[in-house]
Amino acid sequence: MYVNYGAIKAIRGINIQVKEGSIVTLIGANGAGKTTTLRTISGLIKPASGKVIYCNEDITNLSADKIVQRGISQSPEGRLIFSNLTVLENLEMGAYTRKDKYKLKDDLEFIFHFFPRLKERLKQYGGTLSGGEQQMLAISRALMSKPKLLLLDEPSLGIAPLLVKTIFEQIVKLNRETGITVLIVEQNAYLALQNSNYGYVLETGELIIEGDAKELIQNEEVKKAYLGG
Amino acid sequence: MKDKFILLVALVVVFVINLFADKLDPYFHTIIIFVGINIILATSLNLINGYTGQFSLGHAGFMAIGAYVSLGLSTYFAPVFNSMFGTGSIGTSVTFLILMLIAGLSAGIVGLLVGVPSLRLKGDYLAIVTLGFAEIIRVSIQGMDFIGAAQGFRGVYIYDNGIRSLEMLPDVTGIGYKFYSVPSYTDFFWVFAMTAICIFFVNNLMNSTYGRAFVAVKDDEVAAEAMGINTTKFKVIAFVSGAFFAGVAGSLYGHFVTFVTPEDFNFLRSVEILVMVILGGMGSMIGVVIAAVLLTILPEVLRGVSEYRMIVYSLLLVILMLTRPQGLFGVKLLKSKK
Repeated sequence: MYVNYGAIKAIRGINIQVKEGSIVTLIGANGAGKTTTLRTISGLIKPASGKVIYCNEDITNLSADKIVQRGISQSPEGRLIFSNLTVLENLEMGAYTRKDKYKLKDDLEFIFHFFPRLKERLKQYGGTLSGGEQQMLAISRALMSKPKLLLLDEPSLGIAPLLVKTIFEQIVKLNRETGITVLIVEQNAYLALQNSNYGYVLETGELIIEGDAKELIQNEEVKKAYLGG
Repeated sequence: MKDKFILLVALVVVFVINLFADKLDPYFHTIIIFVGINIILATSLNLINGYTGQFSLGHAGFMAIGAYVSLGLSTYFAPVFNSMFGTGSIGTSVTFLILMLIAGLSAGIVGLLVGVPSLRLKGDYLAIVTLGFAEIIRVSIQGMDFIGAAQGFRGVYIYDNGIRSLEMLPDVTGIGYKFYSVPSYTDFFWVFAMTAICIFFVNNLMNSTYGRAFVAVKDDEVAAEAMGINTTKFKVIAFVSGAFFAGVAGSLYGHFVTFVTPEDFNFLRSVEILVMVILGGMGSMIGVVIAAVLLTILPEVLRGVSEYRMIVYSLLLVILMLTRPQGLFGVKLLKSKK
């Protein structure tokens, strides 16, 4: 896959695979192209060349809303929640593309099972939540479309360390209990790799290392560059 | 159900008040009619600028389309309408309803043509495109002789042999003709019935899942798109609905003053409507309605200080914006923590 921002080549030929039911992490420094990769998968950006294949279907040229309908849902970087909608309304927006007659109550129960804190905040406006709560909301909102593949962009960004731990625990729990596939983009490499099955390391738009998450943590190069020695 | 009931009550009340409307002083009657038309214009622009966050500066353009389409049809095809529906009060009501509908639809269709390409633009760019569009409409009308060009349009001469002309033809003799002036259909009932319907429509739209999508698009386009909301589609829906009601308001305006010129729909008119929306509070229904009422009446009240009128008016606007930047009834928008 190749992606350009105008004349800037952001992604220069990477090939990643996300196995069904696994948690895969994409790590790398600022500007390595992690977010670009996610946005290309979810259809917000179109690649210059290359393909996005999902469940044996080429979804490269589908629009973002069609891709959500296929079962890929993204929690965008910087917790782009709707500040002027309540928590409940934010969650309802997440279910926007669903065609089936869903039961909101059941879905909310499902969400509260993982993020009980949102239950207390249901009537509050999104903009009044703390950073960690906003992140929980962003992930929950992405879950409302009942995705098979969940894309998480920097879930730890600007959040208290204790909450980051909780969020990652819930992601793992989610994966175990529902079998949902998760692709995480993270700067907090150690934490992300600890909680995933497989990892890719991106550097300035190119893939440099890949492997089992447990092995990557031990890898000398990765240690030096991303894990602080 | 409850809101439909309220709409029905509102329509009945308007109908009853209308029975006494001709007892009103003509000066007050005129102001009240303009209040109603401005409420329609402001609420429909609020749908685009306030709720959906798309900065449109072209509302007068849609109003012009509605006015000229409606006035043109009502005069050029006056004999057709008269023979179809008669000239009784029910007949003219049906005629007017059809005219308003066509006026609204024409403005809506043009809104669609302008909106589909330009709503991919954001913020200032969209403002410039819509401003340019409104000017194109105005200048085009100035070049169209059959609707009076720059001189304005008041009616048409229809000769028995089918010739239609804005002026009396000197070289045609011996053929009978009749002058069809722009019919003055607009009265208290129609203006406020349409106002009620417009408010009902916008209110219902905003309380539906569509409304939440509008707010989502305004709050954060990227997030909305990631949720699978087709942002362009919702922007176009808001834009076209707004244009439709602007067209209806144009028709009401035209059939009230019965003489329109392209200058009635210039840039200042668009700004005037925009000021109502900003003053009332972007995205606040009640605020925008009150602002429309206030800003229509205020210049009249200030007639007492004649030459300082516009200064006082502008000063009030400046003071209000300094003390309440979110508008009279606007809610301070929450910024997400970045």
